[in-house]
Amino acid sequence: MSLYDQLRHFADSYGLIALLVLFLGLCLWVFRPGAKEHNQEAARSIFKEDEIKRRDDGE
Amino acid sequence: MRAEVALGRVGLWFLVLVISIVLAATARDTGFAAHAIIIAIVSFVLMWMSAARFDPMGKARGFFRMPQGASLYDDDPVRWGVLATMFWALVGLLAGVFIASQLAFPQLNFEPYFNFGRVRPLHTSAVIFAFGGNILIASSFYVVQRTCRAQLAFPTLARFVFWGYQLFIVLAASGYLFGVTQSREYAEPEWYVDLWLTIVWVAYLIVFVGTLARRTEPHIYVANWFYLSFIITIAMLHIVNNLAVPVAWNGSLSFSAFAGVQDALTQWWYGHNAVAFFLTVPFLAMMYYFVPKQAERPVYSYRLSIIHFWSLIFLYIWAGPHHLHYTALPDWAQTLGMVFSVILWMPSWGGMINGLMTLNGAWDKVRTDPIIRMMVMALAFYGMATFEGPMLSIKAVNSLSHYTDWTVGHVHSGALGWNGLISFAAVYFLVPRLWKRERMYSLRMINWHFWLATLGIVFYAASMWVAGITQGLMWREYGADGYLVNSFAETVAALHELYIIRALGGVMYLSGAIIMGYNVWMTIAGKLREEAPMGAMPEYDPEKDRPIVRSANPEPAE
Repeated sequence: MSLYDQLRHFADSYGLIALLVLFLGLCLWVFRPGAKEHNQEAARSIFKEDEIKRRDDGE
Repeated sequence: MRAEVALGRVGLWFLVLVISIVLAATARDTGFAAHAIIIAIVSFVLMWMSAARFDPMGKARGFFRMPQGASLYDDDPVRWGVLATMFWALVGLLAGVFIASQLAFPQLNFEPYFNFGRVRPLHTSAVIFAFGGNILIASSFYVVQRTCRAQLAFPTLARFVFWGYQLFIVLAASGYLFGVTQSREYAEPEWYVDLWLTIVWVAYLIVFVGTLARRTEPHIYVANWFYLSFIITIAMLHIVNNLAVPVAWNGSLSFSAFAGVQDALTQWWYGHNAVAFFLTVPFLAMMYYFVPKQAERPVYSYRLSIIHFWSLIFLYIWAGPHHLHYTALPDWAQTLGMVFSVILWMPSWGGMINGLMTLNGAWDKVRTDPIIRMMVMALAFYGMATFEGPMLSIKAVNSLSHYTDWTVGHVHSGALGWNGLISFAAVYFLVPRLWKRERMYSLRMINWHFWLATLGIVFYAASMWVAGITQGLMWREYGADGYLVNSFAETVAALHELYIIRALGGVMYLSGAIIMGYNVWMTIAGKLREEAPMGAMPEYDPEKDRPIVRSANPEPAE
């Protein structure tokens, strides 16, 4: 079997499964318990300096 | 700077100067000689600057000045990047209007330097790599510093990235006019320009990752994931697609390392992923930072942004073969490319919805804030282009649309609508902040820019749909005797009016950008235009908003 054949059989069997599992794992990872707070905090992280500024304004 | 260092630098640039003069003198073709002369001029300027900069008192100044202290963000490369973005936007759009006019009026082909074949790659590279690339490098340097709350790592290297990238653009653009090209779409520059870009790109990666490593925020904000994947993937695509063997060390000609259909697939693996990882992913990074910042509310779903990211990473890389439908490429590879392109529709729209829903509860800003309006329109065009793309990749549709102007219209609704508008919005966001101004010189001019650009795209896309379908139907029409009904020249003649409408759309888009240039110029000059505010509310006077008080003792009737 040529190198090409070996590579393509690997790609459409183990390679395919490995990539699919990795992809699904990465997508499901954000749904792990306790991730919600972490995500909300991350989404708000870009506004920290605005809050600092607002506090300086005396609000 | 110490004397030995200064002398060393002058010597180094002198060496580069001598080498480029030798290369110019012995070059095998004029294009290569012209490029060697450009390098000689640059190294002469740098040699002169290193000598002039020799100053026993110490610090580097002027254009190469370093950040002032650790308590400030290093924004000089961002400022230059924004200015370069403006400049290249005007150059690239002007080149576009010029070649659109050439298609309508062939007399405008000025042989040999300004014929369509040479100016067209100048246009595509100027808008994608010069305009797009500069705003991506500039905005990534801005965003990575803010989201990491850390100063840019390796300030010297960051400056090298900026200037090195401009040199790449000049070499690429001038090369096209001289006829130096390896004829790979969106990868036209020859081997030595490719090598130079590789060096610049690795420096870019080092600066970006170095800044991420210096971050004081625990979490890496999702925009940086998109930027990082852009830098890494473009490096990979650029190197593999440009593997070539030069004919001689002093000539521009080279031959690809691949041949036949493998070469074609490598090219379109590159080409489609240039769309993915140059024109989509990093512009989404801009969306994930600038849209929430301008709307003053966090992204609709951070979770969705992460799924969006991984889906694009895992899916986009397979879509390239849809550029080679009905060619010598094996059928299974074409079908694979088509299937992955159709699947891509889902994450693309997920990302678009995520961006649009960020405005939930702040939709009134579309009326009062022209920058938000521009961002919303950009996302709408992102949605339209990522619906049209999967549709065109279906083989049955592609058999009608391939090689026609429909493809050109599709590319432009994505490029002008999505990439252009989101970049303009980012520039409008950045300029007042970078130059410490209260706001842009004129918000109403942003509104004018918005409408000119939007109408321009409508003219462009609509005329190209009609042109593309006309072309596709005329090409495939054959009569009862089995011969094709239309000659190629007849199909070209049928499109004349549509080409004029397309050029008009381009003129409108360009005039919007000219208004923007003026607006940015005046903002940097420190001026504020006095104008009625956008979206004024109904008049309200608290003095009049009170009951009429009757006097306690009614006046007696007479």
